[in-house]
Amino acid sequence: MSVTLSGYKKPNTEGSPVQFKPRYENFIGGEWVPPVGGEYFDNPSPVDGKVFTRVPRSRKEDIDLALRKAHQAKEKWGNTPAAKRSKILLKIADRIDRNREMLALSETWDNGKPIRETLAADIPLAADHFRYFAGVIRGEEGSVSEIDAQTVAMHIKEPVGVVGQIIPWNFPLLMAAWKLAPALAAGNCVVLKPAEQTPATILLFVELVADLLPPGVLNVVNGFGPEAGQPLATHPDVGKIAFTGETTTGRLIMQFASENIKPVTLELGGKSPNIFTESVMAKDDSFLEKAVEGFTMFALNQGEVCTCPSRALIQESIYDEFMERALRRVEKIRLGDPLDPQTMMGAQASRDQFEKIMSYLDIGKKEGAKVLIGGEAYQNEWYPDGFYVKPTVFEGNNQMRIFQEEIFGPVVSVTKFKDEEELLQIANDTLYGLGSGLWTRDVHQAYQIARKIEAGRVWINCYHQYPAHAAFGGYKQSGIGRENHKMMLEHYQQTKNLLISYDQNPTGLF
Amino acid sequence: MVERVPRVLVTEAAKQVIDRLREEHGDLMFHQSGGCCDGSAPMCFRKGDFRTGMSDVCLGQIHGCDFYMSRSQFEYWKHTQLTVDVTEGRGASFSLEIPLGLRFLIRSRPYTEEEQNHLVPVEEG
Repeated sequence: MSVTLSGYKKPNTEGSPVQFKPRYENFIGGEWVPPVGGEYFDNPSPVDGKVFTRVPRSRKEDIDLALRKAHQAKEKWGNTPAAKRSKILLKIADRIDRNREMLALSETWDNGKPIRETLAADIPLAADHFRYFAGVIRGEEGSVSEIDAQTVAMHIKEPVGVVGQIIPWNFPLLMAAWKLAPALAAGNCVVLKPAEQTPATILLFVELVADLLPPGVLNVVNGFGPEAGQPLATHPDVGKIAFTGETTTGRLIMQFASENIKPVTLELGGKSPNIFTESVMAKDDSFLEKAVEGFTMFALNQGEVCTCPSRALIQESIYDEFMERALRRVEKIRLGDPLDPQTMMGAQASRDQFEKIMSYLDIGKKEGAKVLIGGEAYQNEWYPDGFYVKPTVFEGNNQMRIFQEEIFGPVVSVTKFKDEEELLQIANDTLYGLGSGLWTRDVHQAYQIARKIEAGRVWINCYHQYPAHAAFGGYKQSGIGRENHKMMLEHYQQTKNLLISYDQNPTGLF
Repeated sequence: MVERVPRVLVTEAAKQVIDRLREEHGDLMFHQSGGCCDGSAPMCFRKGDFRTGMSDVCLGQIHGCDFYMSRSQFEYWKHTQLTVDVTEGRGASFSLEIPLGLRFLIRSRPYTEEEQNHLVPVEEG
């Protein structure tokens, strides 16, 4: 059966802006280098389940090589004037912008997310991230403190040197940009390992910007977690490790870091509450529409977002009326061909991810949660072999496992609260504290409640916005450190203190 | 005496993968993850590669491997019986089965009231 595609042309077909090579290499020391062991693995698209390129299956030897090249480059890059580093980051941003459609289509094909999202969010946000850090590094400065009339303490920011970065698969290029831009701006050389599910767009990105960076400044080594990720995380020549992923690997990375006494930043996910107070329904206006849309944000990126608003807490007094509107909005979520710009939800990123979501739909039902809508796989007529799930709303209570675990799928679990006390009790009854949403027309309530939510980010009357100038990171088991915002530079810097005496006289101690 | 109800089980398919991995890597262990991306999936490591501590509990053994979870996470999981299964797919993480193109997966069910009274006690990590 042939089905006409209504949007962009599939990669590797005639006239498509994306033509993947049959095979890619690692990017080490400014060159495309085959893996030492000569092994490659298949990279399938979750859109149609079919392999579209092959990627190096690297091992410790490849990580060793990349780290050697990075160390050779670090002194020169670290001493490159901030103005010059900034200019390079701006050029990277321009190349991303000029190739927006190509990168967006590649990302959609590799990850499964709809093209409207990669065009409007992933790719432009990645470009903006490089521009933001190109800007802040120009304004960055150390400090001078006068200790006494003859003694001055000077604080100078120096790069860590060589850093390792392990990238997740949910926003492959954007998450790489979140980690790369501040690291490069601060003057570090990077060895980056893309997720094994989604290496393709990062490789296309490197092809675009390879000539802009001196050899060895950016190195990309592909491979599997236990074979390439672990050697990177354990390597004594890595000055700092940045990781986005889950808690067991997060703990493991901290264990490795403790052996080498290295700093880590970890972003480990959440179970974010999205809270709707009764004032939301006080008027039938555009703000109410915005709040209802805010509820539906659980479906963004098929729910594969660390801050997915996967628990909705709705005040009892408005519950029935609000949920009626919310479910009508969820019904309108358009599934279909991820390459069609009208499609709102695409494929889950991989088969095992799909199976995991199915296992949570199962335990949700077995624990007695009520399926209000969805609750099953979606049969995509365009791509019968892809991995698609219907947006799902469960009704239950916060002790159920679907309320406590990150499903990483388009699934929201809804419950009621009576008053502010119960709101906070439920919102904070979780192991995590990454994102949260609060919807209210009462400015006093907005501030007081937001301050009491144990999470690094509280979106007030909005959700799923990720500007580069707003700090992002978790409380509790959601991780350590922040991403975005100029404060991120500090995670990639050392502080050198020069303690200077302008006193000509001896101290008299000896 | 009433037979104790195990907290964690394993499917035949998962046993076969454990056997394959054990041949290559030696003794193995599991630690249940939480959080982002590949969170909520069980991770398989060489025994001792992941250091468990006071913050972990051992739920039992599957096919000769200890199965751990952090104590705080267990508080939210303790009313359900877990079964380690396996599926095709490319997961991320440092779990040893990833290069095989397979991924361990947890299936769960709540205990009956009767079972709740006869569960295998958890061991300290």
